[in-house]
Amino acid sequence: MDKSMKILIVDDFATMRKVVRNLLKQVGYENIVEAEDGALALRALKSQKIDFIISDWNMPNMNGLELLKAVRADGDLGKTPFLMVTAEALQENVIAAVKAGVSNYIVKPFTAEVLNDKIRKIVEKL
Amino acid sequence: MNVKFINPFLEGTSEVLTTMAFIEPRPGKPFLKRDNVAKGDVSGIIGFTGSAKGSLALSFSESCIVRIVSSMLGEEMKGLNSDVKDAVGEITNMVSGVARKKLEAEGLNILAAIPTVVSGKNHSIVHVLGGPSIIIPFETDSGPFFVDVCLNEVI
Repeated sequence: MDKSMKILIVDDFATMRKVVRNLLKQVGYENIVEAEDGALALRALKSQKIDFIISDWNMPNMNGLELLKAVRADGDLGKTPFLMVTAEALQENVIAAVKAGVSNYIVKPFTAEVLNDKIRKIVEKL
Repeated sequence: MNVKFINPFLEGTSEVLTTMAFIEPRPGKPFLKRDNVAKGDVSGIIGFTGSAKGSLALSFSESCIVRIVSSMLGEEMKGLNSDVKDAVGEITNMVSGVARKKLEAEGLNILAAIPTVVSGKNHSIVHVLGGPSIIIPFETDSGPFFVDVCLNEVI
């Protein structure tokens, strides 16, 4: 696993971004950037090379699903791995995310090991 | 309130704190609460609609939530700062998500609103249904917190 890949955490809750950052550090990922919502994430994605996106679903301005669709529709960013974080695994949400091309999803609460496992499985399929 | 609603919130709370903060809270005996006064120093409150209507409040003593958030973020918190209050909302949201998933097994499809956070000594917790509510007290090595639920099935 390439632990030096740059990971973008997208979440409107500052503490949740810190929680995810803390979990990623526990499993060896240090190259991390953050964005408060989908719109700011898209701006970050266009201004720097991001290798992996971990995004919350519920956010103002542009939510996780809208960000996912925007990423997949973009010629340059389209294949960036995208892990969706959600507080509940509602079936209709999962279906919508899969249709939009999500790489995988993870339900809160989760451990560092579960997060690491999700990332590893997504990267191995690339 | 139906007693079948108690366990999903009890289990959800333990699951969230054990997973995210590595803290195993010890549940006490549930009791009925008839007033609006919060048991803790900071509370996260979230409303429910759908096949059951009501609200959930998680009310933490300051020492308890400071320890929980310090553990979650991997850095020492000092007092009820904005990070701690922000985390109370997120913890409430996560407990709500886990509990509602468990209630799905009971055939209940419950939707949740966005949590709000209130703090201060003797602040009020106003439940959507007005009350009374069921309190599940929890103890941790850093102090107590309380799960305060008022939920009724929509017939």
